Amino acid sequence: MNSVMNEDLTATGTLVRFALRRDRVKLPIWIGAIGLGMLYAVSALPTVYSTPAERQVRAGLMDSPAAKMMSGPGYGLDNYTLGAMITNEMVLYLAIPAAMMSIFLITRHTRAEEETGRAELIRSTVVGRYAATTAALIVAVIANTGVALLTALAMLSGDLPATDSFAVGAGIGLTGLSFAGIAVVTSQLTEHSRAASSLAMAAVGAAFLLRAIGDVSRPGGNLLSWLSPLAWTQQARPFVDLRWWPLLLSVAVLVVTVAIGYAVSVRRDVGAGLLPPRLGRAEAAPSLSTPFGLAVRQQRAGLIGWAIGLFVFAVPMGSLSDSVIDAVADNPQLGEVFTANGQDPVDAFYSTMALFFALLVGAFAVISVLRLRSEERTGHTEAALATSVARRHWFFAWVGFTTLASAALLMISGVGVGLGAASGAAGPSTIAELAFGTLAFLPAVMVVAGVAAALFGVRPSVSALAWIVVGYAVFFGMFGALLDLPDWIKDLSPFAHTTAAPLADLPVVPLLVLTGLAAGLALVGSTTFRHRDIETT
Amino acid sequence: MPAALEISQLHKSFGQVKALDGLDLSVPTGQVAGFLGPNGAGKSTTIRVLLGLLRADSGDVSVLGKHPWIDAVALHRRLAYVPGDVSLWPNLTGGEAIDLLSRLRGGPDKARKNELLERFELDPTKKGRTYSKGNRQKVALVAALAADVELLVLDEPTSGLDPLMETVFQDCIGEAKKAGRAVLLSSHILAEVEKLCDTVTIIRNGRAVQSGTLAELRHLTRTTITATLDHQPAALAALGGVHDLRYDDSQATLAVTFDVDADEMPAVIRQLGQFGVRTLHSAPPSLEQLFLRQYGDDLVGADS
Ligand SMILES: Nc1ncnc2c1ncn2[C@@H]1O[C@H](COP(=O)(O)OP(=O)(O)OP(=O)(O)O)[C@@H](O)[C@H]1O
Ligand SMILES: [Mg+2]
Repeated sequence: MNSVMNEDLTATGTLVRFALRRDRVKLPIWIGAIGLGMLYAVSALPTVYSTPAERQVRAGLMDSPAAKMMSGPGYGLDNYTLGAMITNEMVLYLAIPAAMMSIFLITRHTRAEEETGRAELIRSTVVGRYAATTAALIVAVIANTGVALLTALAMLSGDLPATDSFAVGAGIGLTGLSFAGIAVVTSQLTEHSRAASSLAMAAVGAAFLLRAIGDVSRPGGNLLSWLSPLAWTQQARPFVDLRWWPLLLSVAVLVVTVAIGYAVSVRRDVGAGLLPPRLGRAEAAPSLSTPFGLAVRQQRAGLIGWAIGLFVFAVPMGSLSDSVIDAVADNPQLGEVFTANGQDPVDAFYSTMALFFALLVGAFAVISVLRLRSEERTGHTEAALATSVARRHWFFAWVGFTTLASAALLMISGVGVGLGAASGAAGPSTIAELAFGTLAFLPAVMVVAGVAAALFGVRPSVSALAWIVVGYAVFFGMFGALLDLPDWIKDLSPFAHTTAAPLADLPVVPLLVLTGLAAGLALVGSTTFRHRDIETT
Repeated sequence: MPAALEISQLHKSFGQVKALDGLDLSVPTGQVAGFLGPNGAGKSTTIRVLLGLLRADSGDVSVLGKHPWIDAVALHRRLAYVPGDVSLWPNLTGGEAIDLLSRLRGGPDKARKNELLERFELDPTKKGRTYSKGNRQKVALVAALAADVELLVLDEPTSGLDPLMETVFQDCIGEAKKAGRAVLLSSHILAEVEKLCDTVTIIRNGRAVQSGTLAELRHLTRTTITATLDHQPAALAALGGVHDLRYDDSQATLAVTFDVDADEMPAVIRQLGQFGVRTLHSAPPSLEQLFLRQYGDDLVGADS
C-alpha cells in the first residue's frame, strides 16, 4: 500500500459524491432502520423490565446455552442493567445488518460496476487505479459512522452512560467496516457481484457460528469467539467493565483486508476474477430445455452454496442441544421459565433452531424470487418470452424452483441440527423429527416468497420490498419474547404460526391457511405479470 | 395475399413519454420490410409490442393474423426475434443459449444450427460473458435463423457484425425470403436496407413519415445533375422542378450542378440539350440523402 500514489486516487472525491447520490435512498434506509432498532430497544425494554428483579429473571433466562448461542457471551448477567441487556441481546442483531449493509455497498460499487461494464466506461476517463475501491470504502466509512452515531445517540436518549454508549455505537460501526473490508477481498475473487456478496455473507455466517460455539463453551466466550468480528463489540464489555481494545481488532481486519484487496485489484484485469473463464459445452444438456431447466441452471451454484452453508451451520448448532439438556437436568425450574406455554425446553430449543433456519431459508426464498427481476432487467426474460413460452409458465418455473429449493434447504437444515443433536444425547429419531419439523416452516417461507412474487408481478422495481417481511419476521421472531409484544404483532409474521417440535403438535390448520395464502400471492403475481409490460434496462 | 404483419394507429406511452403516436406499418407475406428511423424514434418499442412484451395503449396490431398480446405463445412458435441489444446468460455457453432458445420455441433443427454456426464462424463453447459484441449478436442470429418460422423480427441485427459476416447475414436473409418468410428489419445500415428490402418504412417520433418501395421513395427526392455546357443555360433556372442551380466557371468550360424533381426530369433534360452538353453526370438520390431529409428536422425547409 505504500506504493499508492496520489494519482492512483484521482477522481476519488467525484466517485464518492456519485456513489452517495446513487445510494441516497438505500443508505438512509439501512442506517435509519438500524438506528430505529436500537431506539426501539432502548425505549421498550425499560417498560417491559422496569425493576432490577425483573431484569434478573431475564438474566436467568439468558444464562442458558441456547440463549447464549443466539445472543452473546453474557457479560453482566449478575447485575443485568439496561445497558448490559442491550449489549448482550441486541448488539449482535444490529451488527449483522451493519455488516450486510457494508457488504452490499462494497460489491454494488466495485464488482457489480465491473460486471455490468460500467467500470470500463469510468476507468477510461481520468480515474486512478484505486479510486473506485477507495470511494466505495469512504462511502462505507460514512455509512457506518452514521450507524455508530445513530445507535449511540439512541442509547443516550435512554439515559445510558455516554462512554459506553459510544463504545457500543463504535463497535457496531466498526463491525460493519470490517465486513466492508472482507467484501473488498471477496470482490477481487470472482467476476460476479452476486458471488462476491454471497462469499462475504458466508463470512458473516461463519463469524456468527464461531462466536455462538465460543460463547456457549465458556462464560465470556473462548478463543473461537475472539476469532469472530461479530463478537468484538460485546467483548469490549460496555456497561459492565468497558475496555476499548477489542474494537481495534475490527480496525486491524479492515486494514489487512483493504491492503490485500488493493494489492490484488491492480494485479488483475478490470472485469476479471481470480479464475480464468473456461470453455463450456457446445450443446445444451437435455435438462436445459424448459424455463424450469433454466431456473435450475441459473441458481444451481447458489443453491449448493446455501445447502453447504446451512448444513455446516446447523450441525454445530444442533450439537449445542446437549448443553440445553444438561442445563434442564441441573435446574428443572429453568425448564419452566424457559417457555411460557409449557413447551418442553428441549423442544423449545429445537423450535428456536427450526425458526432460525427457516428465517434464513426465507431470505434465500426472497433472493431466489428476485432472480426473476434480474432476469427481466438483463433482457433474458424478453429473449425467453419471445419464444413460445407463456408468461405464466415462465413465472411458475422460477417460483416453483424457489419452492422446491426452499423445501430442500429446510430439510437439510433440520437434518443438520438433528445430526448435531444425535451426535450427543438425543436419539437418532431426532434427525427425522427435526427434518420434518423444520420442513413445517415451508408454508411460512412460501408466504414470504409469495409476497416477493406478487410484488414482482405488479412491478419488478418494488419486489425488493419483500425484504420488509423478512426483516419483520426476523425482528419479531427473535425479539418478540424479549420485548413482550402483544400477540397480534408477533402473529403478523408468517413464521409465528409453526412450532417445529414436537411433530405431533404441528398446527395443521394455520399451516393450511399459510399455504393457501402463499398460493394466492403467487397467483396474484402470475396474473399481474401476465398483464404488464416487460421492462428492459 | 394477407400481410404477415399489420399495424394501424398504434399508440404507446411510457408515463409522460409518447413512444408511439399513431404508427402504421405493414409487412406483406414473403417480403423483407426495412424499418428505419432516427434514435429514439420508436422502432424497438414497436417490435416489443409486436412480440407481446409491451401492451399497446391503443391501435390494431395483427401478426400472422393473430393478436400479439393475446396469442403470444402460439404466435411465437411461428416467429423468431433478434433483439437490438443481445444479453446472453453469463454462465451459459453460446451453444447452450442457442439450444435453449430453440427448444423453448419448439422444433429445434440441429443440422441447420450447425450449418449456421459454421457460416457465421461462431465458437459455441464460450461462456456468454466472454463473447465479443459481434459474436453475441451472432448467437442470437443463429438461434433465430435456425428456426423454421414464417416471420423474422430483427432489431438492428447486424450493428456489431464485420463486413464479411454482414454478407453472410445478407445471404441468409435472401434465403429466408426465398423460403417464403417475411422479415421485419430495423436497421441504421442503409446499404444493407438498400440491398435487402422490398419495402421501407421510415418513422419519426413514433409515427410513420414515409413508406413504400425503394423506387417509390426515390421518386420523392431529387436527382443531382452535373453537366458541362457550351452556353450559359439562362432558361434553366426558370424551369419548374429545378433547384439549387450552381455555376462553376473557374474552368475553361462552363459547369452547372442542380437538383431535379423526379417528375420534371424529362422536360429538364430536353431543355438541357439546347445548351450544348459536353459531359453529363446524373446521380440518383442516395438512400443517405433520402434519410437525411426524412430524419432531419428541416423537413419543411428542404422543400423550398
Ligand atoms: N421502458 C421505457 N420507459 C420509458 N421510456 C421508454 C421505454 N422504452 C422506450 N422508451 C422511450 O420511447 C422512445 C422510443 O424508444 P425506442 O427504443 O423504441 O427507439 P428506437 O427507435 O429503437 O431507437 P434506436 O434507434 O436508438 O434503437 C424513446 O424516447 C425512449 O426513450
Ligand atoms: Mg432500438
